[in-house]
Formats: sequence, structure tokens, C-alpha cells
Amino acid sequence: MVNLGIGIPTLVANYVPPSLKVFFQSENGLIGTGPIPEQGMAHPLLTDAGGRPISALPGACTFDSAMSFGLIRGGHVNVTVLGGLQVDAEGHLANWMIPGKMVPGMGGAMDLVSGAKRVIVAMQHAAKGKSKIVQKCALPLTSSRPVDLVVTEMAVIGFSGGKMTLQETAPGVTVAEVMAVTEADLFIPASVPEMKL
Amino acid sequence: MKAVSAEEAVALIPNGATVMVGGFMGVGTPERLLDELVRQRKSELTIISNDAAVPGQGVGKLFDAALVAALTASHIGLNPNVQKQMMANKVAVDLVPQGTLVERIRAGGCGLGGVLTPTGVGTMVEEGKRRIELDGKSFLLETALRSDFALIHAFLADYLGNLTYALTARNFNPVMAMAADTVIVTAEHIVPVGVIAPDHVVTPAPLVDYLIANG
Repeated sequence: MVNLGIGIPTLVANYVPPSLKVFFQSENGLIGTGPIPEQGMAHPLLTDAGGRPISALPGACTFDSAMSFGLIRGGHVNVTVLGGLQVDAEGHLANWMIPGKMVPGMGGAMDLVSGAKRVIVAMQHAAKGKSKIVQKCALPLTSSRPVDLVVTEMAVIGFSGGKMTLQETAPGVTVAEVMAVTEADLFIPASVPEMKL
Repeated sequence: MKAVSAEEAVALIPNGATVMVGGFMGVGTPERLLDELVRQRKSELTIISNDAAVPGQGVGKLFDAALVAALTASHIGLNPNVQKQMMANKVAVDLVPQGTLVERIRAGGCGLGGVLTPTGVGTMVEEGKRRIELDGKSFLLETALRSDFALIHAFLADYLGNLTYALTARNFNPVMAMAADTVIVTAEHIVPVGVIAPDHVVTPAPLVDYLIANG
């Protein structure tokens, strides 16, 4: 069971082969979310966590928000992919507010990071020239539990042995280019393979 | 359960009441009751809902009309009016993680004093709360939430007030229907007793105080 956040993470569903038989959960109360319905086929009472129309696959089920977050906090969600504002060297994620500027609220993000078995952050490596991979998050944390993996348009970063490690680079991106836009101390192994797309 | 008009039901709600409103981004929200709250200009409300929806929709309408003094919700990011009213100190916003919010309401409806959750430990959410260590894990003590009124939207209601919900319009509705002194319900369809099979009733009739007749 996989929960995808709004934004870049939503795109993940487009790349999952049906043979994997993944159940996608939407925290507003659905397991078995399907693609955006065709024009004229949307149902006003079938929506994603952003309130946009979606479809439900055969075998889908619906439930209330207490059940939905019981699934999330209870460790029944295998993977969540979330957006991020900052991730730091210890794997801490900040993704719910910029004090004084933007206070959207945490929605389900804090529960997802606390409860999902594996937490993956999918975000841009930098915003307006400023690295989002920082030594220590300046923004309020989403959880004290560190994330497992960060995927950006430039790199895949893991935390094996508690050390922020460059695992892969995007095609055509050099290690030096990644380091130039990474504020955090990033461990670079002897060989860094290229992402397989 | 008593069948009444939206006008009669909303007339029961005083200014300054604490009101839970079902729905998730306006989906599964009792729109007719919100329209009536605006028409009767019920003000200084304390609203408990998952989110602030968007202007013109769901609880968003209450903020358009500046009727809300305080909001407890998990997400307000898609309603710029609420952000503005919060920054101007016109609305006191208490942001609560979504899973914590629904569980606090569930606790309120089930006679519990609160819940212990790992969500929020070591974040801003922990401020002012008790941290409790159990079996080597850290939890926050989150207190129960109740309200004077819950405004609920169901898919089917039978003549007794048994309710079912549709698809993602269920969300907070059945949980809030447990946690308020007075429960007011709108339904897409009102059907004879027996149409909803016993196994399919989600909210039992004794929880419903008022059902809004469909016009």
C-alpha cells in the first residue's frame, strides 16, 4: 500500500507497472485510487486529497478518516512519497510551513512521516538557486523520524548508516554539479551510478 | 430524530457556538447548512473541520462572510481568505495533524479523555503538551475534542436517521456524528426504513438529532 502526496509525488503513479499490483491509498478515505477520469465522467463525491476528481479501480474500498489515519499511523502503509521544502543531513524533513510567509498546515504529512514504513521525499534539488538539501532544517520539522530516501531531478540520496549519501546521479549530471547545489555535507562513495530511467 | 428545515435547524445554533463540520476540501460537506449559517449571520463561531476548503465552497463560505472566530483544522493552504484572516489576527487558527485531529474527535465521541500518538513528537506540535514514554517509544497526549453541534452530510438517510456515506464524502462525518451535543444531518437522498440494510448503516439513527428535509 502506497500513499502519494500532492505535487511531484502524484506523478509516481504514472510510472508504476500494473504487474506490481500496488494499492494506492488516498488519505481522504480510499484504497484503490485510479487515474483522473475522462471529461464528463467525474463524480463529485470521489476525489483525491486535494479535492480533485479521481477514479476508483475494481477492488477499491472507502472508509472514514479515523480508519484512514489508523492505516497510516499503524504501519499498514508500506511507502509514502511526499514533497519537501527542506531535508537535512540527518534526514529530517520540513514540508508544512514557512513561518511568517506560508502556513498551509501539515494536513496528513506528520502522520505519514511518523507512521509509514518507508518515507521517500520527491522534490526539486534547489528552489530559486537555494539548496533544499541543507545541513540542518531551518524550517519547522514535519517529524523527528528521519526519511529513508530523497529523489530530486539531479540525484538519489540515501541515509545508510545514518550518513547522508549520494546514491545515484541523474543522466548527464556530474557529482560535482550535485555537490554545487547541495548545502549539506554529502558523503560521496567511490562510485556513484547513474539513475536508470 | 426530528425532520426539520435547514432554517429551523440553523436557528438552534447560537452565535459563538462550537461547530464541527464534516467534509474534506468541501467534499461531503452539508452545503445547505453552511448557506443557512451565512444567511442567518451566525457569528463568532468556533469551527472544527479537516480543512478550510476554498473560498465559495464548504466551510470556506463561513470565512467569506467573516463569521468565524476560531478554527481547528489540519490544512488551510487552499483558502487564501483564511490565511489573510489568520495573519490579521481575526481568526485564531489551531493547526492539528490530520490523524491527530480525527482521533481527538473520535475520543470525544467515545468517552475517552484523549489519545497517545507518536505524530508530532519533536516538532512544533509538541509545544505545551505532555510527552509520555511507553515501552521505549515517545507519544504526545492529545486531548479529546467535542462540540455543541456537528453538521453532517450523508449519502442516504432513512426516515429514522440511519446514515450511509458515499465514496470519499465519508471522511470526518461519521466520527463527528459521535462527538457533538446536537447532530444535524443533510442527505443526498432520504429513503424508507429498510432501504439501508443493517450491515450497511454507518451512523446509527439514535446519534442523529435533526434531519433536514429535502426540498
